[in-house]
Amino acid sequence: MRNANTLLGAAGLATFLALGEAVPRLGLVSADYFPPPSRIAGALGDELGDGAFWSALGDTLTGWVIGLAIASGAGILCGLLITAVPFLRQATSSTIEFLRPIPSVALIPLAVLLYGTELRSVLLLVVYASFWQVLVQVLYGVQDVDPVADETARSYGLGTWARVRHVMWPTALPYVMTGIRLAAAVALVLAITAELVIGAPGIGSLIAVAQASQAVPHMYALITVTGVLGLLINLGARAVERRALAWHQSVRGETVL
Amino acid sequence: MLDIRGLRKTYQGSGRQVEAVRDLTFTVKAGELVCLVGPSGCGKTTLLKCMGGLLTPTSGEVLLDGVPVTGPPPGMAIVFQEYGRSLFPWMRVAANVELPLKEKGLPKAKRRELVTDALRSVGLPDAADAYPWQLSGGMQQRVAIARALAYEPQVLLMDEPFAAVDAQTRADLEDLVRVLWQERGITVLFVTHDIDEAVYLGERVIVLSASPTVVQDELHIDLPDERDQLHTRVSPRFTELRTHVYEQIQAAKRAARADASTSAAAPDGDGRPAG
Repeated sequence: MRNANTLLGAAGLATFLALGEAVPRLGLVSADYFPPPSRIAGALGDELGDGAFWSALGDTLTGWVIGLAIASGAGILCGLLITAVPFLRQATSSTIEFLRPIPSVALIPLAVLLYGTELRSVLLLVVYASFWQVLVQVLYGVQDVDPVADETARSYGLGTWARVRHVMWPTALPYVMTGIRLAAAVALVLAITAELVIGAPGIGSLIAVAQASQAVPHMYALITVTGVLGLLINLGARAVERRALAWHQSVRGETVL
Repeated sequence: MLDIRGLRKTYQGSGRQVEAVRDLTFTVKAGELVCLVGPSGCGKTTLLKCMGGLLTPTSGEVLLDGVPVTGPPPGMAIVFQEYGRSLFPWMRVAANVELPLKEKGLPKAKRRELVTDALRSVGLPDAADAYPWQLSGGMQQRVAIARALAYEPQVLLMDEPFAAVDAQTRADLEDLVRVLWQERGITVLFVTHDIDEAVYLGERVIVLSASPTVVQDELHIDLPDERDQLHTRVSPRFTELRTHVYEQIQAAKRAARADASTSAAAPDGDGRPAG
């Protein structure tokens, strides 16, 4: 079953590539704007052999990972704090609902004003976009604490901190993981966007350069790289999730001794 | 050992007061196994939470060894009905049993000894490395009992612990409770809605009325100390005792219904007959 699925997936991808190859070669679209995959692959080969590409990739990943780390840490901390202090929850809920839907790209002018084309302006956008993903999941997660589990912990003399650590945190963890996985994807989108629009160093700015210099196959090659990055990030996040949540019903197999 | 004096608990609902427990007074002596039985919805869980220090009573008090209970007392352990929710699925069996001991600040060697001993006592010496959800329902409740034993409580409160397991497992677990009680000399207060279970297990059975709860009846179970599922349950004395408890519970329900209809007929006053 699994093999059949893999086979089907490979066949789908091959068909897609073959179509991409045929359409410009048959002259249905202009090969100048839509180069066949073979030419894109050639351009990708050029890029992989170029030091500038690797340093740009490094810049993009640096912005992504630092931004994601700040957003996750801040999201988790704020989430726990807001839950722990009932007053804060009342006070923040409407503000969160107001700030959360602001698209991060709307902050681009602000980022440029504050930090120009530095890494910090990428971080501002990445953190703003991914912070909410994590925070909202944490807020949902900590509300999911089972009253029986909490009463059990209380009856065995577990104090507030012990209950946060041993009951609330493990309960919220599946939500936190989902939040971080979503945030990881959003962070990549924003890192590339910031580089593309602001011109901060990274894959995004290489795409802009390729476009400006009419290097269309290279532009497509770089776009493909961003797609692969997104794919790898999602796979990685899922693997981490599976490991950390081996006990959770979404991951575990129901085995009865 | 455990003194409940004039315990009363009312909940503030939306605009109305709900009186769950009206006036409860009873005592459990050290080393006794007492069963509390009452009609369903009679405030057993409220009472248990008040005794466990998880709820503050509206008035009256709970004394453990002469000391008023204001929060969860260190000398008390509770076994909940919902074992699946009471055990932590993110911890293995041994870690579940060990966690309260860590919070108590016991050294590692002592903790390990208590965990091993408790798991052996409940007949699960090999389950330490399993996750709770890998075990059957009966085994999970055994783990919850092991956790309570390892805590070394003076008083063990059990809140309808076997209501959610099948009949055969339930019989085994009942015998386990009797054995553990006899071996360890802990005081056990066992809350149940099952009359047979109450009579089979208890040295004494306290029958509660319907909510708002008072003590309806109290009787000494003069069955022999050695009980077994086969013979005890068919002995004439067992039948007499269970019939008596059953009648008391029926009486409690009738009283509650009469009470309810009187209240409905007299919307102005509180309409309840005195006593």
